[in-house]
Amino acid sequence: MAQRRMLMKGTEAIAEAAIRAGCHHFFGYPITPQNEIPEYMSRRLPQVGGVYLQAESEVAAINMLCGAGAAGVRVMTSSSSPGVALMSEGASYMVGGELPAVIVNIMRGGPGLGDIQPSQGDYDQMTRGFGHGDKHFIVLAPSTVQEAVDMMALAFDLADEYRNPCVVLGDGLIGQMMEPVTFPEPSERTFDRSWAATGKKPGQRRNILRSLFLDPEVLEKHVEKLFEKFKVMELKEQRYEAWMMDDAPPVVISAYGTTARIAKSAIRELRAEGHRVGLFRPISAWPFPVDGLATYVEQTRLFLGIEMSMGQMVEDVRRVVAGRRPVQFWGRTGGMVPTVEEIVAQVKERSAALGQ
Amino acid sequence: MAEQVAFKRTSVLTDDYFHYCPGCTHGVAHRLVAEVIEEMGIQDRTIGVSPVGCSVLAYNYLDVDFVEAAHGRAPAVATGIRRTLPEDRYVFTYQGDGDLASIGMAEIIHAANRGEKITVIFINNAIYGMTGGQMAPTTLPGMRTTTSPNGRDTGLCGHPIRMCELLDTLVEPKFIARGSLSSPKLILKAKKLLRQAFDLQHSGFTFVELLSTCPTGWGLTPDNSLAWLERNMVPFFPMEVFREPGKMPPQATPYHPDLKVRDDAPKAEKKTEEG
Amino acid sequence: MNRVEIDGDRCKACGLCIDACNKHLLTLSSDLNAKGYHPIEIHDVEECSACALCGVICPEGSLAVYKEIKPKKGG
Repeated sequence: MAQRRMLMKGTEAIAEAAIRAGCHHFFGYPITPQNEIPEYMSRRLPQVGGVYLQAESEVAAINMLCGAGAAGVRVMTSSSSPGVALMSEGASYMVGGELPAVIVNIMRGGPGLGDIQPSQGDYDQMTRGFGHGDKHFIVLAPSTVQEAVDMMALAFDLADEYRNPCVVLGDGLIGQMMEPVTFPEPSERTFDRSWAATGKKPGQRRNILRSLFLDPEVLEKHVEKLFEKFKVMELKEQRYEAWMMDDAPPVVISAYGTTARIAKSAIRELRAEGHRVGLFRPISAWPFPVDGLATYVEQTRLFLGIEMSMGQMVEDVRRVVAGRRPVQFWGRTGGMVPTVEEIVAQVKERSAALGQ
Repeated sequence: MAEQVAFKRTSVLTDDYFHYCPGCTHGVAHRLVAEVIEEMGIQDRTIGVSPVGCSVLAYNYLDVDFVEAAHGRAPAVATGIRRTLPEDRYVFTYQGDGDLASIGMAEIIHAANRGEKITVIFINNAIYGMTGGQMAPTTLPGMRTTTSPNGRDTGLCGHPIRMCELLDTLVEPKFIARGSLSSPKLILKAKKLLRQAFDLQHSGFTFVELLSTCPTGWGLTPDNSLAWLERNMVPFFPMEVFREPGKMPPQATPYHPDLKVRDDAPKAEKKTEEG
Repeated sequence: MNRVEIDGDRCKACGLCIDACNKHLLTLSSDLNAKGYHPIEIHDVEECSACALCGVICPEGSLAVYKEIKPKKGG
């Protein structure tokens, strides 16, 4: 089938990409600014013989994912920051029970009810604080609508491959912007589903999907087994983009998602004026691209983290740089979006202080 | 000598020993569910959802596929399973009173209201057993628990919740009944309720509440617990079939195509211009 | 003769079967089982009517009851 470019809104493109990735089950609860995802699903899924169900809460939605994931189908939900926080308990159960699913978080301003404007205040929530216990989620952060589309298929594959929920972390901007997109051919990969709870096959062992292991020795073994998977993820699933880094620029901006796009525009302007600046853009927020960033530490004089938050991902940059170079931060929060001009000014000011 | 089986442990129960306290009726309820599954021949098509509470380990005892739910969320997990698997499957949840009527109130009401084709088995023993005998949403007025040491004060924390009656206000449920496990006769009756619920499951939401004992939490001997249940719980939680085929639900709101408010609603009827 | 099989290791000595038996054929044994309970035992089994109420009330599923089929007289 010939690939067709279509102009689509980020949220709707995410929904369509999920359906094309074989996700025919969606459970969710309305919350701004991601409502176009459930709305699109409610129209489209019945057309493909799928199930759209509006849950009574985010708490119920994540537990419906738990059931559908346990039954062995591709299933997703989408929400926004406070709604995702409500899902954290169920998500932890899904890690413990090794149940695949995709959770889309279109971040909004916080804390609390905050506002409904774009934000990146959930980096810590998704990479550190999403649910209780020893666990991780692969967190993919798209920077363009096309990347979000490509990521949906990847997210479902990763969820199935590792039998672990996978998070796609966007912000209100990527959700609302319209861009031309091409949908990739469906993945050919198939995954073992013999573990799913679909009814005990005669003569076979039954499947019990659970996260309860009352014997501490057994639970420790179980968690160690999970962490064998996380170790593989950390080896294989680090993703990043190094942009304008070939000439070993002294100043490197670290940014992800929409902020990275704005940073690119700023870097173009700065370079036009003769400032050598590069961008390190994590695509996987977890596993953080430690190895990729490490290769640039020596050649860089200053790292500047820019986020739509008070500085969350920058802590991961500091962890990798480990005091060898200065790591500074500048950001806007509360739903305020950094402008190109602001970033240009910030870089110039900090470069001047460096003696550049 | 020829003989016939008058009573035998069903093969749908595993060989594991129950972890429940002596005289606890969870074992009876487990066995009844297992017997119904065996009689219907649906062991290979049944998926159970276990709760949090004393029966958290239900999957150790019922030999069917199982998914463990977070506290109170079993109806949501069962919804996810039900909406995913082929229609010939049977999906049930097994939940206690704290799980279902307190933390899981939203999930049970909405699963019932959607008419999820599942069977919910509700074990009501008026107390939190696993955590050590605290007050439950179904604890009787004046009943002493470890968190209502002077007896449940209804002025402070309200009256016990009658789940069957609450669910009976909804349109969708197809079967709602309350039974008791307090005597052999009532146990046999309870099994009939469970069988009815499973038989009707594919037509809609089915709910069986079973009045149960917690000798440890109540501080009574097993036989005194049965007597206490019949004397105190039954008057407050009457044993009735609230909903079954032929017993009409409250009148449903009629479906009005005219209620579509959006211009772009699919197949919206174009109203003829008048005046 | 009717027969009652008791899985003594399952029994937790709750005694509910003792009350359920109309003929009072069940008592707690003086022995201890693996879990430290005095399991029930049956006496005067020839009196048993195989009503199976003991099995119905037993929360542990530790009882099985078999009823003798009397050969029909006169073929």
